[in-house]
Amino acid sequence: MMDALGILATASVWAATLRIATPLIFGTLGTLLCERSGVLNLGIEGIMTIGAMVGWLTVYRSGDLWLGLFAAALIGALFGLIHAVFTVSLGLSQHVTGLGITLFASSLAYYTFRLAVPMAASPPTIVPFQPWRVPLLSDIPFLGEAIFVQAAPTYVAIILTVIVGYVLVYTPLGTAIRMTGENPHAVEAQGLNPIRIRIWSVVAGSALMGMGGAFLTIAVFNSFFPTMVQGRGWICTALVVFASWKPWKALLGAILFGLFDAYQLRLQQVVAGAIPSQIFLMIPYVLSIAALVVSTQRARVPQALMQPFRRGEH
Amino acid sequence: MRLERRVDISMALVVAAPLAAIASALIIAGFLIALAGADPFKAYKLLVVSAFGSRLSITETLVRATPLIFTGLAAAVAFRARIWNIGAEGQLYAGALASAAVGHSAVAMFPAPLAITLVILIGAAAGAILLIGPVFLRIRTGADEVVTTLLLNFITFLFVSMMIEGPLRDPDALGWPQSFAVDSSITLPLLVSRSRLHVGLLLAFVVALAVWFVQARTVFGLQVRAAGLNPEAARFAGISLPRSLLVVAGLSGGLAGLAGTIEVLGVRGYVTTDMSPGWGYSGIIVAMLGGLHPLGVIASAIFVALVFVGSNGMSRALNIPSYIADVIVSVSLLTMLLSLLFTNYRIRR
Repeated sequence: MMDALGILATASVWAATLRIATPLIFGTLGTLLCERSGVLNLGIEGIMTIGAMVGWLTVYRSGDLWLGLFAAALIGALFGLIHAVFTVSLGLSQHVTGLGITLFASSLAYYTFRLAVPMAASPPTIVPFQPWRVPLLSDIPFLGEAIFVQAAPTYVAIILTVIVGYVLVYTPLGTAIRMTGENPHAVEAQGLNPIRIRIWSVVAGSALMGMGGAFLTIAVFNSFFPTMVQGRGWICTALVVFASWKPWKALLGAILFGLFDAYQLRLQQVVAGAIPSQIFLMIPYVLSIAALVVSTQRARVPQALMQPFRRGEH
Repeated sequence: MRLERRVDISMALVVAAPLAAIASALIIAGFLIALAGADPFKAYKLLVVSAFGSRLSITETLVRATPLIFTGLAAAVAFRARIWNIGAEGQLYAGALASAAVGHSAVAMFPAPLAITLVILIGAAAGAILLIGPVFLRIRTGADEVVTTLLLNFITFLFVSMMIEGPLRDPDALGWPQSFAVDSSITLPLLVSRSRLHVGLLLAFVVALAVWFVQARTVFGLQVRAAGLNPEAARFAGISLPRSLLVVAGLSGGLAGLAGTIEVLGVRGYVTTDMSPGWGYSGIIVAMLGGLHPLGVIASAIFVALVFVGSNGMSRALNIPSYIADVIVSVSLLTMLLSLLFTNYRIRR
C-alpha cells in the first residue's frame, strides 16, 4: 500500500503525466475550438491517426522534427477543411461526416504508410524529440524534474492552450466564434459571416488534432503502427464535455487524465501479476465514460452545436 | 446558386444515389492505385474476378457479407431512430464471447436445436445490453451515446482479451490465445458443400425481412419512425420516447451481437481478438449505402464484402497495400452523403 501511494511522490510520475497528457491537450483544444463554433468533429480519431503518420513520415524523410509537427498540422487542417465543407457549407450530418472522415483519414494513413514504407519485420524508426531541460526552471528541486524536463511540443501545447483560451475569451474574434456556436443568426445580424467563422474554426481545430497525433509518433514513440491512436480522439471528445467547453478546464482535464494514466502504469508494475493487465488498460475508457456521465448535465453546451446554419432558415 | 428541396423524390433517384457514390469512390481510389504504380482498370477487373470469379470466391464473398448484413442492420435500425450507435464493434464481440462462453456447455443440458436457439438469443442479449446501457444513460443524464458507445468498444475488446487469456482460454490451442470452441453439434450447417458458406446467410436475409416488416407494417415501426423524424410531435401524439428508444437500442445492439454469434457458430467456432476486422464500423457504411433500408442493407453488405474479398486477391496480385479496400468503402460513405444531398435537393441559380 505504501508503494501504491509512494508512486505519487516520485518526479517521474509527474513527468510522465505531462507526456501522456500532451496529445490529449492538443486534441481536446482542437475539439473545443470546433465545438465552440458549433461543429461536432468526430473526425478527430482519424485526423490524429493521419497526423501521426504524416508527422512521422516527414521526419523519417527529412530528419526535421519541427517540420514533421508542421506537416501534421497541415494534413489535419486539410481534413478539417473537408469536414467543414461537408458539415458547414453543405449542412450535412455532423455525426456521419465525422465518422466518415475518421474512417477515410485512418485508412488513407495506413495505405500511404504501406506505400511509403515496405513491410518489414521491425518497423523503421526515427530519433524522436528528446526531453528538453528548460534553463533555470529545470534546476528547481522535484518541480524541475517533474514539469520542466519535457519534449518541446509539450510546451507548445500548453502555450497554445493559453493563446486559444485568451483569444476565445478576451478578443472580438473569440466572441464571434463563441457567438457562432450559440446563435449564428445573431452573428449574421452583426454583419459577420457565421459560415466562414465555422469553417476556419474547424480547420484550426483539426490542425491541433493533427499535431496531437504526431506527438505520439515523433515524441512518445519513434515509429508508426496502425491503430496506435487507441481511442485518444474519442477520449478528447469526452474531455471537452468534462471541461464544460472551457479551455483552462480542458487543460486541467487532460492533465488529470494523464495523471491517472501515468499512475496506473506504475501501479501495474507494483501489483504485477495479481490483476490482469487489461483491467488497467480499461481504466482510461471507463474514466472517460464516468466523466461524461457526471459532467453532462451541469456542462454548458454551445446552444447551436450540431445545428447547421443556412441563411434565411431558422 | 442555392439548394432547393425536391418535392417528390423518384425511385430512380433513390437507386442512383448509392451507385453514383460508389462510382465516384472508385474513381478517387483509382488515383491511389495509380499512385502505387498499378493500372486502376486492371486492378478493378482483378478485384471483381477475385470476389466473383469462381465458385469458391463467390461463397467467400457471401461469408464475408453475412456479419456485415447484421452490423449494417444494427446501424440502420438505430440511425433511423436517431440513436447514434457506433458501438457495433463492441456489441459484436460481446455477442461472440457470450455465445462461445455458453456454447461449449449448453449442449450437455439441452437438445441441439434448443441449444442453438439459446446460444443465439444469449449472444443477441449480450449485444443488446451493451447498447441499452448507453441509451439509458443518454435518457437519464444526457451523456452522448456516440462517445459512450465508442469508448465501450475499447472496454469490451479488452474484456474479451482478458477472458480468452483467462477463464475462457482454450488450453489445448496453440499460438495466440483463443476461447473454448463451441460444441460441434451446435455449429451452423453449411449451405454449400466444400465452402465456408453457412446457413447464417439465410438467417441474415430472414432477419432483414423481419426488420423491414416491423418498420413498414407495424404500429411500433411507425412510432419509432415518427420519434426519429420529429421527437416533439411524437411525444405530442402520446408515444413514449424513452420506451421506444430503449426498445430500438435492444434491437440494434441485439443485431450487432448476432453478427458475432453467427460468425462464431458458422465460421470460427471460437473467439479470438482478431476476429473482426472492423465489421462494426463497416456496418455504418453498409447502413448508409443501403439508405438505412433493410433490403438496401443486404445489397450494400454484399458490395462491401466484394470490395474486401476482392481487394485481398487484387492487392496480392498487383503488390499494392490491401488497405485500399478500407479506402474505397470509407470514401464511398463520404460520397454517399453528397449523393443524398443531391437526391434531396436540387441546385437552382
